[in-house]
Amino acid sequence: MLDALSDRFNAAFRGLSGRGRISESNVREAMQEVRTALLEADVHLDVAKQFCADVIEDAIGQEVIQSLKPGQQMIEIVNRRLIDLMGPVDTHLMMVDPGPTVFMMCGLQGSGKTTTCGKLAALLKKRGKRVLVVAADLQRPAAVEQLRITAEGVETNGPGSGEVGFHGEPDRCDEYGKAVGAAVGVCRRGIERGRKEQFDAVILDTAGRLHVNDELMKELEAINRMLTPHQILLVVDAMTGQDAVNSAKAFHERLAIDGVILTKFDSDTRGGAALSVKHVTGAPIKFIGVGEKFDALEEFHPERIAGRILGMGDVVSLVEKARDEVDEAEAEEMAEKLAKGKLNMNDFLKQMKTLRRMGPMKQLLGMLPGVGSALKNVDIDDAQFDRLEGMVHSMTADEREDVKLLGKSRNRRIARGSGTQPNEVNRLVKQFEMVQKMTQQVAGMGMKGKIGAAREMARGGGLPGAGGMPGLGTKGTTKTQSLKTGYKQRKRGKGR
Amino acid sequence: MRFFRKAAGAIREGLARTRSILGAGLRSLLAGRRLDDDLIDEIEASLIGADVGVKATTEIIGELREAVRKGELEKGEDAIDFLKSRLKRRWDEAPIDIAVADSPPTVVLVVGVNGVGKTTSVAKIAHTLRAEGRSVVLAAADTFRAGAVEQLAIWADRLGVDLIRGAAGADPAAVVFDAVDAALARKADVLLIDTAGRLHVEANLMRQLVKIREVIARKIPGAPHEVLLVLDATSGQNGLQQATVFGEAVGVTGIFLAKLDGTARGGIVVAIRDALKVPVKLVGVGERVEDVQPFDPDAFIDAMFAAESESASTS
Ligand SMILES: Nc1nc2c(ncn2[C@@H]2O[C@H](COP(=O)(O)OP(=O)(O)O)[C@@H](O)[C@H]2O)c(=O)[nH]1
Ligand SMILES: [Mg+2]
Repeated sequence: MLDALSDRFNAAFRGLSGRGRISESNVREAMQEVRTALLEADVHLDVAKQFCADVIEDAIGQEVIQSLKPGQQMIEIVNRRLIDLMGPVDTHLMMVDPGPTVFMMCGLQGSGKTTTCGKLAALLKKRGKRVLVVAADLQRPAAVEQLRITAEGVETNGPGSGEVGFHGEPDRCDEYGKAVGAAVGVCRRGIERGRKEQFDAVILDTAGRLHVNDELMKELEAINRMLTPHQILLVVDAMTGQDAVNSAKAFHERLAIDGVILTKFDSDTRGGAALSVKHVTGAPIKFIGVGEKFDALEEFHPERIAGRILGMGDVVSLVEKARDEVDEAEAEEMAEKLAKGKLNMNDFLKQMKTLRRMGPMKQLLGMLPGVGSALKNVDIDDAQFDRLEGMVHSMTADEREDVKLLGKSRNRRIARGSGTQPNEVNRLVKQFEMVQKMTQQVAGMGMKGKIGAAREMARGGGLPGAGGMPGLGTKGTTKTQSLKTGYKQRKRGKGR
Repeated sequence: MRFFRKAAGAIREGLARTRSILGAGLRSLLAGRRLDDDLIDEIEASLIGADVGVKATTEIIGELREAVRKGELEKGEDAIDFLKSRLKRRWDEAPIDIAVADSPPTVVLVVGVNGVGKTTSVAKIAHTLRAEGRSVVLAAADTFRAGAVEQLAIWADRLGVDLIRGAAGADPAAVVFDAVDAALARKADVLLIDTAGRLHVEANLMRQLVKIREVIARKIPGAPHEVLLVLDATSGQNGLQQATVFGEAVGVTGIFLAKLDGTARGGIVVAIRDALKVPVKLVGVGERVEDVQPFDPDAFIDAMFAAESESASTS
């Protein structure tokens, strides 16, 4: 996600490490790289400038800690600054008593407001709340319909004991510019209904608007003034460039927003908008959107984004995702095994199945330390994991327990059984052994070493399924070809 | 035959709706100053601020420094014309038209990441073609996003054009298959295909798009004649990534730069132009169907540097 930025940081500080101490000149030099990296990551210019100035001031004033290399020390400083800038953490959704708590979503066209309404509703439903979503976008054709379908989807398929209701008045829709103002009435009736029917929360989905459109901005002000929503959330596309600052500022000046949700973080955007928006609004970034489905919403944790920026991966998110999927005891057992380096093929199979339930492989692997950038140009085909699973399934119980039993003839048998090639089996075993070794090493290390080991792992393609596996060609002509010729209709859990 | 004949005057007027933060800020910055290192740094900053990107900016600024060193210009005010001419030199061609098939229908495939404005852009193209007297068939191949088909259906209804649609969740390639048949049967001039927004990092979804392309090509050799990538003018440097990956997958032939009526400068198209040579063909400058213009590089660059006072009043 923020891999490209971390590549740049790594490059900037590679030169720094080994020089013994932080001097003014090498800090400035490195910070020039950092500034460029930030700009390429779409951090707003002024924000980047101030950031670099602060870091330089911090670094130069500081004594070199003997035990650390200056590169690492700089990473610490940059990391801390990034976290400071994007924090503090506040993912709390304040609920009022008596309800309903009224949330208002706002933002530019296409930023992801309606989708995010569904995600928030799903989150609250999971927490046992009764939520009413109100369709106040009366100008985009079929926006009301979109929210209705979204809400129904959450109500039928979303987990949790809560409930999701929908309030829409499709008759009030009109062409662009003609329904301005009508949204206020729809919102009022929605909130009234929420109160009467004792909903815990009401979410207002407003129309997308440009911050320079005075008429439409006034409509939002009117909703805010007359209906005083408890929380106003600004939805921002994480792929936004320098303009993120202008729009966020304008929305904030008019509405005093309470929080920000950054969407489309599942893209390969470097996401510098996160820094910029936080900087100009001061409002906490509460959540990030990481997909189109209603469960693709994660709490925002600046240290993770900063971690990504610095190439330390996003292990915490990964663990959290895993926690949702794996039951406690199982997780404990797995952690134990990992810590002792006693992973076997059965665990691997179980892990793989769990992982695949969690989402597309590339996204998951991207969260691993140092792996993200290694994967940047790798086209991961989830079908390859079917093959891997097939191979493990064709192993005997003993073999799964101890891969050392495997040799040429057994590999041939496994290949036959799974419709693969013996060398694929061989490769899987090799990579598995590497992972085993890594986990053993990591188990006995502090944080510093872990990062190094993870990098090593990424470099060596030590992840089963990544690196040398078939079908995972690098980007360029190969990929284009495989895209063009390799299309295969597959049944997909994602339903798309 | 050409689609989208419009007077250049109309283009400028349309672009004037875009607010020129860059132009105004830059002008007051440059007024009465000498082009020294500090000032050049600030010029550099304003190009970055327009999303032009570090690489292209560094090149252009390099040229500017060189010119100053040679004594070709020294006053701050001179920088604007210099920058404009350098940028225009990168677009040394006339506006490039939307492709037209030798025999109808001309098939236009519209693609892009989520939320950039594909459906609205499709409606705008359909509107313009209708106004020029062409017959249009729309294909609603976004069967994924809730309400997407209905959204296009409303446009089709307002514009009075035929719409081919499938059920929600239907295979988009099957919808396109039917739409091509319908366009052929109805002897339509243009078939416009709206697709679901997809992130370029989603290999499976990109494959689905390749399949759609193949379905079209099998039925009409040489089609699609135009593959338009819709790009959000507020997009940052990721836009280059989008153009690259969509280009590799389905051979993007042109860019539709949407939402240029805000404060965003759309500078990312400069970076894309440098890296990929994909021409921008159309720009979107508002939410109404009439708010579409052929892309004119000169007008675009002029608008980038226009003084605030010229533009603020018209928007
Ligand atoms: N991949 C991805 N797509 C998203 C995310 N959030 C929204 N979208 C998509 O972005 C597009 C626009 O979203 P929508 O909610 O209609 O935006 P709105 O106009 O602000 O209401 C749709 O195609 C959504 O599916 C996200 O976090 N990741
Ligand atoms: Mg919406």
